[in-house]
Amino acid sequence: MMNYNVNEKGYYGEFGGAYIPEMLYPNVEELRQNYLKIMAEPDFQEAFQQLLKEYVGRPTPLYYAKRFSEKYNTKIYLKREDLCHTGAHKVNNTIGQILMAKRLGKHRIIAETGAGQHGVATATVCALMGLKCIVYMGEIDIQRQAPNVARMKMLGATVVPAKSGSRTLKDATNEAIRDWINNLVDTHYIIGSVVGPHPYPDMVAKFQSVISEEIKTQLNEKEGREHPDYVVACVGGGSNAAGAYYHYLNNPEVGIIAVEAAGKGIDTGESAATSALGKIGIIHGSKTLLMQTLDGQITEPYSISAGLDYPGVGPMHAHLFASGRGEFIAITDKDAMEAGIELSKQEGIIPAIETSHALAIFEQRPFKPNDIVVVNLSGRGDKDLNTYIDYFNL
Amino acid sequence: MNRIVQKLQEDKKLLSIYFTAGYPNLDDTETIIKTLENTGVDMIEIGLPFSDPLADGPTIQASSTAALHNGMTTTKLFEQLEGIRETVSIPLIIMGYFNPVLQFGVEAFCKKCQDIGIDGLILPDLPLAEYQEHYRATFEKYGLSTIFLITPQTSDERIREIDAASSTFIYMVSSASTTGAQSDFGNAQEAYFNRIAAMKLHHPQVVGFGISNASTFEFATLKTKGAIIGSAFIKMLTEKGIQGISNFISSIRK
Repeated sequence: MMNYNVNEKGYYGEFGGAYIPEMLYPNVEELRQNYLKIMAEPDFQEAFQQLLKEYVGRPTPLYYAKRFSEKYNTKIYLKREDLCHTGAHKVNNTIGQILMAKRLGKHRIIAETGAGQHGVATATVCALMGLKCIVYMGEIDIQRQAPNVARMKMLGATVVPAKSGSRTLKDATNEAIRDWINNLVDTHYIIGSVVGPHPYPDMVAKFQSVISEEIKTQLNEKEGREHPDYVVACVGGGSNAAGAYYHYLNNPEVGIIAVEAAGKGIDTGESAATSALGKIGIIHGSKTLLMQTLDGQITEPYSISAGLDYPGVGPMHAHLFASGRGEFIAITDKDAMEAGIELSKQEGIIPAIETSHALAIFEQRPFKPNDIVVVNLSGRGDKDLNTYIDYFNL
Repeated sequence: MNRIVQKLQEDKKLLSIYFTAGYPNLDDTETIIKTLENTGVDMIEIGLPFSDPLADGPTIQASSTAALHNGMTTTKLFEQLEGIRETVSIPLIIMGYFNPVLQFGVEAFCKKCQDIGIDGLILPDLPLAEYQEHYRATFEKYGLSTIFLITPQTSDERIREIDAASSTFIYMVSSASTTGAQSDFGNAQEAYFNRIAAMKLHHPQVVGFGISNASTFEFATLKTKGAIIGSAFIKMLTEKGIQGISNFISSIRK
């Protein structure tokens, strides 16, 4: 049987590795040598679990979406990561990484952010631990995610606009990496997704794996079995998806569905559907699928959702795609926005636009009436109200 | 013999210049290279521009963006360099990020370099372990020397490993930073230069990052074989254009 976890060299199949300049080698190597050991320490686990429970509010509910299920004639469960403190799954990882940073003796934290959810989650844990926090955010994203910028500032973080390139998540990540090169000794870089050089994709996936760990227990209580027929998640870099898939990766009974942002349509030149448009290459220290020109220049993606507006995908997901283990679906802005409204009206839950992409597949892909489909409801839609208002003239 | 090895044997401190191909104008490549050789520069790093240059500060980033905007591509650069060896004899090194090389095809890229007369490659984001496992044989087959970076944070053990994997010189990054970040050298650099000198490595070191004028060049080369100027040269090009090259070079070498 194929193994979809990372191997000892930091690869998922042919994807992954650590393609970093020598300047970053000491820090990435320090992390690589220590992350599994630190994560296995009982006092680390105790602190992590306690914060997840008492601060984040875990376990998050696994909710049977009755009306939504009836509408699409299948059994749909929503894993309510939108109910996490700060409004998305991102905090699972930042709690883990801030504890990691403390154990590595770092006292300055940097992060990149797209939609602002990871930035807020990082600023939150820095406030909690009293550590200095600098968040890099694309200039365009700062405009379209103003409420999250304000939240970060309230939490005491410095938000630095990334003004290069497309001025979105890719460029914010470049700027964060440059900051790290210039501030190696005292700084830990909290990457927000399952991207970047090894061991980041594996470490972030492990911190997020609490999602599928809980799904197993909760589904067992409700359905008498630990595994659904399908687990569905949206994929930008892919952290919520990695967490939702994690404990099912090597279980062939579970279908893995990854939903990418088609933007205005895969062939319009304004898209972020990496699996459809990408080729193998190097981005942000990882060998993975990425959108690029024939000449190897990374292209500027587009999605209405800032959190999916990334030209690459984590190496775990590249491997799920290339191996055929995962089913990849691309959803347009329009279909995602309509799914966001649909869930709001059917279930009284306003989802983040990222998550709306995952919810839109039910209009396009039939499931059997008895199928159990778990959708990871990765974030709530408050941060996207302006986009919803503009789009629907609300 | 490899032109870099030959150059390293000369009894002088080497001045190496980095420029971004396609900047300030798309077709300046040949003129810049010839002018640099004529003004006494010992070695040239030709920057292959990349959309996401992680290790570079604002100056080289901006020149890369401009070069790509001007229409520079890997194929275009190779076209411009065809026939360069009819007139230029100093070592030429291509410096860039790994992704454009990967997309061109590693073997095809190396072969093209050999045909043109490129002597070496600096690919900062191609890690030593990957190089040794997957690419070393190909690079060597086409006579290309791979130059690796060390920084003040690189452990002695890893420096020895890099020394063993090197075939010409070691690129000694002056401080843990992106390019163009620093203007003066201090005690930290002095201690670092002394530490490396005391290691008595097999391969000579050439210092890069933070060299911008005669005094930083002199300081950087006290205990090393030479130094590389990048960002300061690009800044000069931005301000004065290629007409400024000769004055700039003579201001470094007093």
